[in-house]
Amino acid sequence: MRMPLLSLPLLAFAPLPVPALAQDQGGHDMPQAEEPLQPSDDPHAGHAMPAPAGATEPPPTDPHAGHSMPADAQPVEPAAAMDHSAMDHGAMGHGDMDTAASPGPEFETPPPPEAGSGPPRAADAIWGAEAMAASRAELQRTHGDFAVFWFQSDRLEVQSREGTDGYLWDLQGYYGGPTSRFWFKSEGEGAFGQRVEDAEVQALYSRAISPFWDLQAGVRQDVAGRDTTHGVLGIQGLAPYLYEIDAALFVSHRGDVTARIEAELDQRITQRLILQPRAEVNLSAQDVPLLGLGSGIDKAELGIRLRYEIIREFAPYIGVEQSWRVGGSADYARAAGEDPSVTSYVAGIRFWF
Amino acid sequence: MVKLSRRGVLSGLGTGVALAAVPAWAQGHSLHGRGHSRGGPRIPAGFGELSGEVIDLTVGSGHRIVEGRRGPGIAVNGSVPGPLIRLREGQNVRLNVTNDLNEDTSIHWHGLLVPFHMDGVPGVSFPGIRPGETFAYEFPVRQSGTYWYHSHSGLQEQSGHYGPLIIDPAGAEPVPYDRDYILLLSDFTVLDPHFIMSRLRTGEGYFNRQQTSWTDDYPLSGEERRMWAKMRMPATDIMDIGAPTYTFLANGRGPTEGLEYLFRPGERVRLRIINGSAQSFFNVRIPGLAMTVIAADGQNVRPVEVDEFQIGTAETYDVIVEPGSAEAYAIVGESMDRSGMALAMLASRPGARAPAPPLRDPPLLTMADMGMNHGPSEGGGHVGHDGMDHGGGAARAAASAGGMDHAAMGHGTPAAPAATAEAGGAMAGMAMGGHSMEGMDMRDTSLLPPDVKVGPGVDMVSMAPVDKTGDPGLGLRDVGHRVLNYRMLAALEPNRDTREPSRLLEIHLTGNMERYMWSFDGRMYSAVSDVPIRFAWNERVRVKLVNNTMMGHPIHLHGMFFEIVNGQSPAQQPRKNVIIVQPGASATFDLTANEPGDWAFHCHLMYHMHGGMMQTVTVVGPEGAV
Repeated sequence: MRMPLLSLPLLAFAPLPVPALAQDQGGHDMPQAEEPLQPSDDPHAGHAMPAPAGATEPPPTDPHAGHSMPADAQPVEPAAAMDHSAMDHGAMGHGDMDTAASPGPEFETPPPPEAGSGPPRAADAIWGAEAMAASRAELQRTHGDFAVFWFQSDRLEVQSREGTDGYLWDLQGYYGGPTSRFWFKSEGEGAFGQRVEDAEVQALYSRAISPFWDLQAGVRQDVAGRDTTHGVLGIQGLAPYLYEIDAALFVSHRGDVTARIEAELDQRITQRLILQPRAEVNLSAQDVPLLGLGSGIDKAELGIRLRYEIIREFAPYIGVEQSWRVGGSADYARAAGEDPSVTSYVAGIRFWF
Repeated sequence: MVKLSRRGVLSGLGTGVALAAVPAWAQGHSLHGRGHSRGGPRIPAGFGELSGEVIDLTVGSGHRIVEGRRGPGIAVNGSVPGPLIRLREGQNVRLNVTNDLNEDTSIHWHGLLVPFHMDGVPGVSFPGIRPGETFAYEFPVRQSGTYWYHSHSGLQEQSGHYGPLIIDPAGAEPVPYDRDYILLLSDFTVLDPHFIMSRLRTGEGYFNRQQTSWTDDYPLSGEERRMWAKMRMPATDIMDIGAPTYTFLANGRGPTEGLEYLFRPGERVRLRIINGSAQSFFNVRIPGLAMTVIAADGQNVRPVEVDEFQIGTAETYDVIVEPGSAEAYAIVGESMDRSGMALAMLASRPGARAPAPPLRDPPLLTMADMGMNHGPSEGGGHVGHDGMDHGGGAARAAASAGGMDHAAMGHGTPAAPAATAEAGGAMAGMAMGGHSMEGMDMRDTSLLPPDVKVGPGVDMVSMAPVDKTGDPGLGLRDVGHRVLNYRMLAALEPNRDTREPSRLLEIHLTGNMERYMWSFDGRMYSAVSDVPIRFAWNERVRVKLVNNTMMGHPIHLHGMFFEIVNGQSPAQQPRKNVIIVQPGASATFDLTANEPGDWAFHCHLMYHMHGGMMQTVTVVGPEGAV
């Protein structure tokens, strides 16, 4: 099929119409035809080629041949035929198949000087730079790095528990491009009929530091209880096994250092029914009597929520959550007449847009 | 009433509810597009025909109703698809395009050899057409075949701004036929495309209703499921968007809306199949009939008979079919993710119908689609063999040799010696670890050449990318009949330029599924809009595309045909303007840079292009002035 147009030296490489195994060897072996068909003694060969494969592969003798790069095997020759000879054809797959029929360069080289340089401005010569400017800017703006807005109420729920029932919100959102965003967060909770117990808002700049992770920095303002401002440094993203992680370090204007780590995992039962285990740990580097924080682990939460996505953006859920105040914080809680261990049955909605 | 499937019916409900429950402002209508209203006049499906030296076209907006669902519409001359533009090779044509939208528009003549400033890409070839303006495209018609046209402005293509374009040859057609039909496949949605774009960025897997779950039917072991989760990759992301978000259309009609092509038994019917969708791949077959492919992307190929083929976004294939004694035959354009199908009928009399086959099970991505190309797993191994082309015997020999897969050896990257060497080492690790991913680095950026920007926009690096021009495509690797692949294509008329390419250009397709960033060499268009890929006048270059993502990308070069390096001789390498680069694989083409000017070069999945997978190609003219 591809024989007629091959040059003479290449002809020798073309697969011959012989039985499969023989063809394989004949086709690939050319330059090394003298080599025996036996597993190589090359120390690296085994990495690339488990022993059984050796039976069908031309055995590389070059220490790198098992890894199959022509350049490694031999100095690069300009002639296509030499390139082929340098290759381990058995291992090279079709790269050489292609070149056998249609030879071409194997290594990337820069464009020649005749290719010119500078930005693409051919259209300016026809339509004028001024006429092109707006559409060029629009194209640049809309193809890749454009901003989107996202708002999510991850938890907006009522909590039923011993004593007074409570409520909780946990919202976040961003505006920005795929790697650079303004991020805001708010969460808070309280008991019905009482003052809001805890409430905070965060304003953060969020920058992608890896495919799945953002580094976030900004401020947090506590707006219920004791008026406190924190500096925030955190990371947020998707961990292996699809855990959504949000971890942040807070330094308050009084110098107290605290931290919070949240993890959630969406487990699809069906396309719409989703079980979401959730864990949160709050830490404190020191006792903060003012805020009722003991050093070490302050509070831990473990919850599970089952939601049904009526549409992707809107999902009512039910669940149960257990929270513990720990150590010094538990003492503060007890001193305040609170139970350091609370089990809540929750019902809420998760929505986003 | 054609019965589609439980999946289609169930999910139809979902989108209806979605629309009712999500307020308009939350659907992104006001984000940055004003041409996609669901108001205005109703735009009918189907198209008329225009020909001659002067053709007037008007782009307007309205609404479309497909299978009872109302969606936004942008139409050329009041229909979707727009009118068939039928030209003759050798004529001159003037196309006056009037913009009746309230936003800019454009028409790009897909696959046509035109002066660059008539190519219709705002920001690259011309300023675009402002509301109320008329722009005159003028060019000589230098070729023949099956082509199409579409908007290159905003996201208008999704809303219906596309149509077929046929050029009759100056001489004789290469094969005889009795009837000549156009089948333009596309995707309809009730949603504003800006809403789709926004959700692709903010809601991972938003449009995929076939995700893995505790109750799915996918043949995945617990270990495999954990492995995919560990990698933070979805094995089910075949198309990004499927039914029910999309209804798949044949000439603008939904599967139950009765598109039919009449035939008499014994006639030879030419079907010109155009994938004019925004974001969909189709697997096309006609149960009971073989198809002889005679042209690809408008260019004649040596006739090759197949039972099915995959058509990537923006590709065109011409096939000849010879319907027999059956009353009707179903032409099935099943979406690659098998969430739905476009459907038309070959009918021996009006109203004759053949049963539509049920949707097949959705395919899953495999390790091979991550560029691992590692042996015994069915999909990967099979593809690897396809990819070999040492002759079938060699593949069998490889298979019998303990299931080791030649293609697995990764030699696809002659240009990156270190990469290949390391891939080889990695393979060894994998072989020892069985099929598991233990110890695998799915993002070993040291495998990338230095000109690829490594950053958050690159979530995966193919470990051992191999050429898969022999791959029939996702879901078609194990069907029990003949499926087309690029290796089966050979140019009918020999290529004029058969010089050996003087240099290799390697371009890496990169992306981040989670952030929905797409790019060439790790840089989105936003970052490289002023950094074109440059070619010298008449330079002959081999371009190797290496896919470091788990999605197939139909890469389109404007203004020129390239020739796929598929094992044919340089004279017979098939000419195309779109090349699918399979997930985790490579594909290579040869290009003669003989059309001066600036040209768009991009993934033809519209949302990938807008996600950044685009770059400008600059060809310096003979005078060196460009």
